[in-house]
Amino acid sequence: MNRQALGYVVGAYEHPLRAAPDTSVAQLHAEVALGALADAGLTKDDVDGFFCGPDAPGTGPLSLADYMNLNLRHVDTTNTSGSSYLIHVAHACQAIAAGKCNVALITLAGRPRQEGKSKGALKRADNPNQPDFEWEHPFGIQILGVYAMVAQRHRHLFGTTAEQMAWVKVAASHHAQHNPNAMLRDVVTVEDVVNSPLVADPLHRLDCCVVTDGGGALVVAREEIARSLRRPLVKVIGCGEAPVGQNGGYMEITNSGAQKSGATAYEQARVTAADIRYASIYDSFTITEMIQIEDLGFCEKGKIGRFVDDGALISGQGRLAVNTDGGGLCNNHPVNRGGMTKALEAVRQIRGEAHPAVQVPDCDLAIANAIGGQLGVRHASSTIILERG
Amino acid sequence: MDGYINPDPTPGPETQAFWDAAREGRFLVKTCTACDRAHWYPRNICPFCSSSDTVWKDASGRGTIYSFSPLRRMPKPYIIAYVTLEEGPTMMTNIVDADPADLSIGMPVQLKFSRTESDFRVPTFTLSAGPATA
Ligand SMILES: [Zn+2]
Repeated sequence: MNRQALGYVVGAYEHPLRAAPDTSVAQLHAEVALGALADAGLTKDDVDGFFCGPDAPGTGPLSLADYMNLNLRHVDTTNTSGSSYLIHVAHACQAIAAGKCNVALITLAGRPRQEGKSKGALKRADNPNQPDFEWEHPFGIQILGVYAMVAQRHRHLFGTTAEQMAWVKVAASHHAQHNPNAMLRDVVTVEDVVNSPLVADPLHRLDCCVVTDGGGALVVAREEIARSLRRPLVKVIGCGEAPVGQNGGYMEITNSGAQKSGATAYEQARVTAADIRYASIYDSFTITEMIQIEDLGFCEKGKIGRFVDDGALISGQGRLAVNTDGGGLCNNHPVNRGGMTKALEAVRQIRGEAHPAVQVPDCDLAIANAIGGQLGVRHASSTIILERG
Repeated sequence: MDGYINPDPTPGPETQAFWDAAREGRFLVKTCTACDRAHWYPRNICPFCSSSDTVWKDASGRGTIYSFSPLRRMPKPYIIAYVTLEEGPTMMTNIVDADPADLSIGMPVQLKFSRTESDFRVPTFTLSAGPATA
């Protein structure tokens, strides 16, 4: 089926480093930008649109655009934390359609391990002027605790077990063994996960993602340019974004914005979950990935435990190959923002360029989804659907 | 789960009354007189009907555990929780004076203010006395 393209992903690059003691944040951004442009067969002089998040040091895009000496006519610094970079893909397509740019560069890079943000729970660097701050900070809110409360409630409502959550990590590790750049390449078992230390019940240490330096970049371009390049065509055919708050204190924390962002993207792409051959799903914690898989319609709400507990997410043996690069749980989680790497592996799958051991045969439709902010507090889900051109 | 001291709140023009009342042992919840609904966290403008006719009301201090998790690896471990108040909304808080093994979602809890680093009072909860109705 020939669906209408919103835009084309023509370049994708993942930095090979997972620890970057000797590279500045600006240089990391430039390296991933040049990597993605080289992948596309373009140069920095082709770029007229630049998209970045707050991992870009300086005021919005200004310092990095100057460092790389870009000549721009469109910029966008939408920030929904880890889901920003999938929203950037959507906004790049919109900007291209509106005639605001032809070649959009999207970068993510940083060095959380060098800056001492790799140990233990990550404190939120929030602003007392944000209205929720004084109602959460005094109770010791941090990322691990709120995701643990989501998992605890999912267990309470649906009977989801620690062993079922562990299967998500097991699948990621099966994929990561084939990724030479992955931070954690050892295959783990369900027993390994549930026997790792409890960090915040019901989450064990191995339910949590890695923290890495590095980054990644994407290049999105209009059709005429994409067709002029010597790379497999990757069409963006559907996008959705959904910020979710607490509704004045009447919320259900086991629901994510993926219900809405996914439905929006499916409708635009004119596909359903049943059509999707590969899924990149942000896995900050095992429970994060599970809730998105449910909310994107791959299984009935509340049934994710039974969906995953026979290796369903392992490429080549399961029903739905997810995070074939090893995901944030094993491969890479640069700057604690998972959306970028989700798009990168989805592009590889559509191009047929994933590792042969994990490549989905004839992968013509893929979805990438990310949750930014904090599931269970306030977050934004973003979805993109890619098709082989 | 002992020894944890809550960080200070940061009162502002919209919330000073709450923290002043807390020092007197009163737990206030903002309620809208236009739509008659309580909300959390407190705002001057109702998040449901956008009316500015919101008022502070004394809350019962009773609620049930919506979710919780003991943060075991923190230097001073503590239990973060969401509690659904009898007045309706669900708030982020801590469960204090409790063994995490004794907790489950749905259990009734009762307000118990905790002191912060600079001697503010923040609303935290303990398990209610008597048989659990969860
Ligand atoms: Zn109202």
